[in-house]
Amino acid sequence: MPKRTDIKKILIIGSGPIVIGQACEFDYSGAQACKVLRQEGFEVVLVNSNPATIMTDPEMADRTYIEPITPEMVEKIIAAERPDSLLPTLGGQTGLNTAVALAESGVLDKYGVRLLGANLESIKRAEERDRFKKIMEEIGLEVPRSGLAHSWEEAREIVEYVGFPAIIRPSYTLGGMGGNVAYNMEEYQNYINWGLSLSPINQVLVEESVVGWKEYELEVMRDGMDNVVIVCSIENLDPMGIHTGDSITVAPAQTLTDKEYQIMRDASLKIIRAIGVETGGSNIQFAVNPANGRLYVIEMNPRVSRSSALASKATGFPIAKIASLLAVGYTLDEIDNDITKKTPACFEPTIDYCVTKWPRFTFEKFPGTSPELTIQMKSVGEAMAIGRTFKESLQKAIRSLEIDRYSLDGRHIDAGLTDEELKERLRINCWDKIWYVAEALRRDVSVDEIFDLCAIDPWFINNIKDIVRLETKIKAVKGHKLDAEMLRQAKEYGFSDRYLAQITGVSELDMRKQRAQSGIRAVYKTVDTCGAEFEASTPYLYSTFEDECESNPTKRRKVVILGGGPNRIGQGIEFDYCCVHAAFALDEIGIESIMVNCNPETVSTDYDTSDRLYFEPLTFEDVMSIVETEKPDGMIVQFGGQTPLKLADALHTAGVPIIGTSPDSIGLAEDRKRFNALVDKLKLRQPRSGTAMTYDETLRIAEKLGYPLLIRPSFVLGGRAMEIVYDEESLAGCVANAIEVSGEHPILVDKFLDDATELDVDAISDGKVVVIGGIMEHIEEAGVHSGDSACSLPPISISEKVLEEIKRQTKLLALGLKVKGLMNVQFAVKDDEIYILEVNPRASRTIPFVSKAIGVPLAKLAAKVMTGMTLEELGFTEEAHRSHFCVKEAVFPFIKFPGTDTILGPEMLSTGEVMGISDDFGLAFAKSQMSAGNNLPTEGTVLISVRDQDKARAVEIARRLCDKGFKIVATKGTCIELINNNIPSEFVLKMTEGRPNIVDWIINGRIDMIINTTVGKQSIMDSFSIRRAALDNRVPYVTTIRGGQAVVKAIGSLAQRQPGVKPIQLYYQ
Amino acid sequence: MGADAVLLLEDGTVFEGLSFGARGCRCGEVVFNTSMTGYQEILTDPSYHEQIVTMTYPLIGNYGTNLGDVESRRLFVSGFIVKENCAYPSNWRDELTLSDYLAANNIVGLEGIDTRKLVKHIRTEGAMRGIISSTELDIDVLKKQLEEYPGLVGRDIVQDVTIEQSYPWTEAVSDVLTGKEVRGEKKYKVIALDFGIKLNILRLLVSHGCDVKIVPAQTSAADVLAEKPDGVFLSNGPGDPAPVSYAIETTKALLGKAPIFGICLGHQILSLALGGATYKLKFGHRGANHPVKNLETGVIEITSQNHGFCVDLDSLKDKDVRLTHINLNDQTLEGICCDAMDAFSVQYHPEASPGPHDSGYLFKSFTKLMDKRLAGAAS
Repeated sequence: MPKRTDIKKILIIGSGPIVIGQACEFDYSGAQACKVLRQEGFEVVLVNSNPATIMTDPEMADRTYIEPITPEMVEKIIAAERPDSLLPTLGGQTGLNTAVALAESGVLDKYGVRLLGANLESIKRAEERDRFKKIMEEIGLEVPRSGLAHSWEEAREIVEYVGFPAIIRPSYTLGGMGGNVAYNMEEYQNYINWGLSLSPINQVLVEESVVGWKEYELEVMRDGMDNVVIVCSIENLDPMGIHTGDSITVAPAQTLTDKEYQIMRDASLKIIRAIGVETGGSNIQFAVNPANGRLYVIEMNPRVSRSSALASKATGFPIAKIASLLAVGYTLDEIDNDITKKTPACFEPTIDYCVTKWPRFTFEKFPGTSPELTIQMKSVGEAMAIGRTFKESLQKAIRSLEIDRYSLDGRHIDAGLTDEELKERLRINCWDKIWYVAEALRRDVSVDEIFDLCAIDPWFINNIKDIVRLETKIKAVKGHKLDAEMLRQAKEYGFSDRYLAQITGVSELDMRKQRAQSGIRAVYKTVDTCGAEFEASTPYLYSTFEDECESNPTKRRKVVILGGGPNRIGQGIEFDYCCVHAAFALDEIGIESIMVNCNPETVSTDYDTSDRLYFEPLTFEDVMSIVETEKPDGMIVQFGGQTPLKLADALHTAGVPIIGTSPDSIGLAEDRKRFNALVDKLKLRQPRSGTAMTYDETLRIAEKLGYPLLIRPSFVLGGRAMEIVYDEESLAGCVANAIEVSGEHPILVDKFLDDATELDVDAISDGKVVVIGGIMEHIEEAGVHSGDSACSLPPISISEKVLEEIKRQTKLLALGLKVKGLMNVQFAVKDDEIYILEVNPRASRTIPFVSKAIGVPLAKLAAKVMTGMTLEELGFTEEAHRSHFCVKEAVFPFIKFPGTDTILGPEMLSTGEVMGISDDFGLAFAKSQMSAGNNLPTEGTVLISVRDQDKARAVEIARRLCDKGFKIVATKGTCIELINNNIPSEFVLKMTEGRPNIVDWIINGRIDMIINTTVGKQSIMDSFSIRRAALDNRVPYVTTIRGGQAVVKAIGSLAQRQPGVKPIQLYYQ
Repeated sequence: MGADAVLLLEDGTVFEGLSFGARGCRCGEVVFNTSMTGYQEILTDPSYHEQIVTMTYPLIGNYGTNLGDVESRRLFVSGFIVKENCAYPSNWRDELTLSDYLAANNIVGLEGIDTRKLVKHIRTEGAMRGIISSTELDIDVLKKQLEEYPGLVGRDIVQDVTIEQSYPWTEAVSDVLTGKEVRGEKKYKVIALDFGIKLNILRLLVSHGCDVKIVPAQTSAADVLAEKPDGVFLSNGPGDPAPVSYAIETTKALLGKAPIFGICLGHQILSLALGGATYKLKFGHRGANHPVKNLETGVIEITSQNHGFCVDLDSLKDKDVRLTHINLNDQTLEGICCDAMDAFSVQYHPEASPGPHDSGYLFKSFTKLMDKRLAGAAS
């Protein structure tokens, strides 16, 4: 069936900001969809609030709306654009839920918009658990016993027949949010109540537990002719009970006989047909009882999912692209397999390697929360590794994670851990369980016993045992001189040079040399969808230690781009965006682009993005092997965040031609002493500061500078272990932490500028000409990490004179640092004095935001500059001035981490960002809040509780809210201040003052917004429950006084007019 | 661990690796299979007789072996090559490790070689003769031995694998999880000519209501017809179909006398009986992911395949034959139907085992054809 002719204009809904459970995999899928649909001649309208995405680049769609993804705003877009179709299956759960809301409210009918891929009925059949379960039973498949509860009373009846442990799953939430396992009635009641409140339709599923069963996933594609294929099977190393997003998973399935696999395949075909997904991809999860093979269907996602992205990267079969083509009428046999070019997409990929995906966690950022893994997803990213054996891919995955682990060694395990304690650890589902499994094997605990303790399939444990055994053998070699055969076996097992060097007592470089002498070097194999049955035309490569190398490097001029590795807080999609732009830029100027990355969620690891893709860990060893194979003319390390930057020195020393700003300049900016000298030379100003290696040194500096101080380690991203200290009392703990994170580098101690305004400047330089990309004013005061702070471009409160001076200083710094490429400077302004806080001569997190705001692709220009072009040649010598306001707001994962405070500080905690655009700052800010899920009220009751130094400004805020008709309630100190200033306000008790207190008010739904600022350990603790209650009860809240001021402006603007929608393409005209 | 087993190809290429399974030295045609599961079914499929099979998926043996997943009375491959053989299978049905299974059945295994390199070599150079050995490692000696091996073309090796005596088949397909048999009411008497038949074909016939008798490949048409069959089944089997002249003759004589259903070699023999010709593919189709289009319905089936020879599409042009199925990867012929004679056949394996079940409907087509005959006879 060829392309449908009744479709002309398609609306695609993106997934919004990066949050846990919904990350850049949907940029990958959405970008693929936009690209292929436009190639097919369709007009594409896109809505996504996330500016850090490739899909929201102005050239990706005909009309790009960076607007809040709410049914109301999308309706406005539909009214303005009148698309005839809506493709709801590529924007994650957000896209799907929004489409469902629009269909149910009649908007789609009103404007004559069709749903492509999945219709409303099939979405609901898959998503509503009671219907899904009924359908499964009708087609003869088993599901766990379960019941749906809309109240505690119903829930209590259900648990009678479901029994404990019972699984609680709220309906229609992301990433299994609110999912829990209850082992007793008390836990059960807690989880039920929480789940009911999280579910947008107040419904939870209570389910029989299959904890400990094996978990599988199948990726299924169906076309309009009812042809169905399985793209990939995935086996979870972690058993049922751990969310699949938090599980280590392996492709293909390893321990199923063909008979059992075919049962699963048959079931999947039946399910996708019964649910009625018309065209496109679905993900189906199964649980298998390891004792008897009994199969339960767990759930189905009737859309492209995180697992689809993984399956696409694992097989080379581009699910989102093909799903898009199927949605517009093509059938699988009409679509070519991109990789072989000769065979059709209507087949089932077969692979001749093993893929391991490993989730990346950031529990260290949320110390208050339990690091235990449950059915609610907590990981913030993932790495994928490809090897010819499971052992190899497992060990490659470990070093891909970039958590300073290069093996399964036990150095992170407390040496004093007794065998009993170790076994106890194996029962707990923690993110680092595998290391405990390895340790247990080292201590000769039997595979059977380990299986009994942790329910990881013995096949995986035995493979780990092979690794541990070889490690033991290597350690036992006399004189630690490995013979070639053992070395080869170690490399085949995936051991890193770094770890082999460590256990044999040589340097990594010596180990590398030793390998070279023995002729043991990495070769590259192709990901070709077909197990080598057909010739592959796409150079999508991974390393292994075998005979034949298939890399076939070209003789073209070529540049390697090092990607950012797994997403984590502080380093996310923004850097992938920059790497992708580098690849596009190189392509435009005829240079071959070679991408190296190991993050399966990203656009950068799409084989279409670069000329050649190496799906490899970002370590010195793995990058050097590629360099030796490809012999590139240049390498870009400045775009992928801290991951490639960390390698810059070693690579430079090894002779790799790093282009753009030199590693020396990058080092200079990080090196406090050298940087101070430069600032002095340029006659600029910084907050007073010092560096220290010990607590005593820190104390001496503190005495000299006075409090407050900003303490942080050097060479980290995302403000890891960064803290503001107001007194000596809290200094010790903070310094210890910073010293640990900093490692061999000194910690940085800065005089903290209280209540200063922070500005971020992104600029581009070719070494001679420096052009300002944009100046952003942070909404929150200095001290909140720039990644967590909302900001406005252009600035809203800084005088023209100060801005001119900031530009001048930026240019001086760029020239002084000999920047060739991108540079980001953070300034603080206090009383019109300008202080330089930080300079980063590399791509910053704000590059995509600024690029979208001004309509200039800064990363692309920078990549070209790095290859030697001048800004003049590129036609970008003048700053772009725009008349609209762009506000970036951060999005936080607090809801996923019960017990975590939501207060903002110098350590970055946000996972993603959104952007609001308008010709009015207030509306731009309001839109950014809408996109971030903070629905600002236009009437109702506002709670104000602020620290002393904010009281004066709180009065102004309260006055304006009062004028708008809001009712004010306040805690004691604030209330007195307000009344003294003639603002009517009602007094409410703090938590510690009795009941009913403020938290009762919040829970009872009497508060519509909260402004709460606080300082000092005790008050932070006292007010914690206010912020947490606000979060859990979805009450919009602000934790800085400047945030409060911006909110008031936004509410003022909202009172005057409704926010409209406008595509970014029109903003640039 | 020094190499203790080798594979030598007829073009002189040598792969050195590690021995597993039985020790020994065997010749055969070196081929590859791209299925990621189903190695035990592959090992026991008589169609692999005189073939040294390489699995493209590198990790083999993960779920061990069991008594249920067999496709014939014994193992037929001449040798088995994998990247990594699993010594610690994990599956609730596992009874014996792959290595022990091969050893017990005297099959030579080779692991630890760059199997992808071997596969690419076969893909570009074509399937070729080879010798696998874990006893004799001297390449010159092996070369001589290999030179004496004639290969598959022009030889009838069906006679090596067919049964000696006919017998009734009664077992039906059973549910792996519950062990329950899926049994149909016995309605059709079917004679299955055994060219190396896979048991799952027999099981499926029984499940579809067939009263099956399996007879040796050399059984004459007269003997077949003496059984008064409602249908005749032509089975899969190894090697070159052209020299299996007795079977082609038998089939010719049976055409029109009873509905005929052929699979794989049976398809080739039916095509030859209808006047077609066969040729050898460069490296064959072996795997469980081949897209086949049903030309009547337009539906695509993902199929299980195992064949090195193929029916020449053009050779059937002027014959009374409809082309029913086509391979979408290389446009080769996958199925035919001769309406006048109530005979049809497919090149691929609707019985799966291993592989997807998309094409199971063909067994129903066979019983429908027999129904039609029975109805015609009754009226």
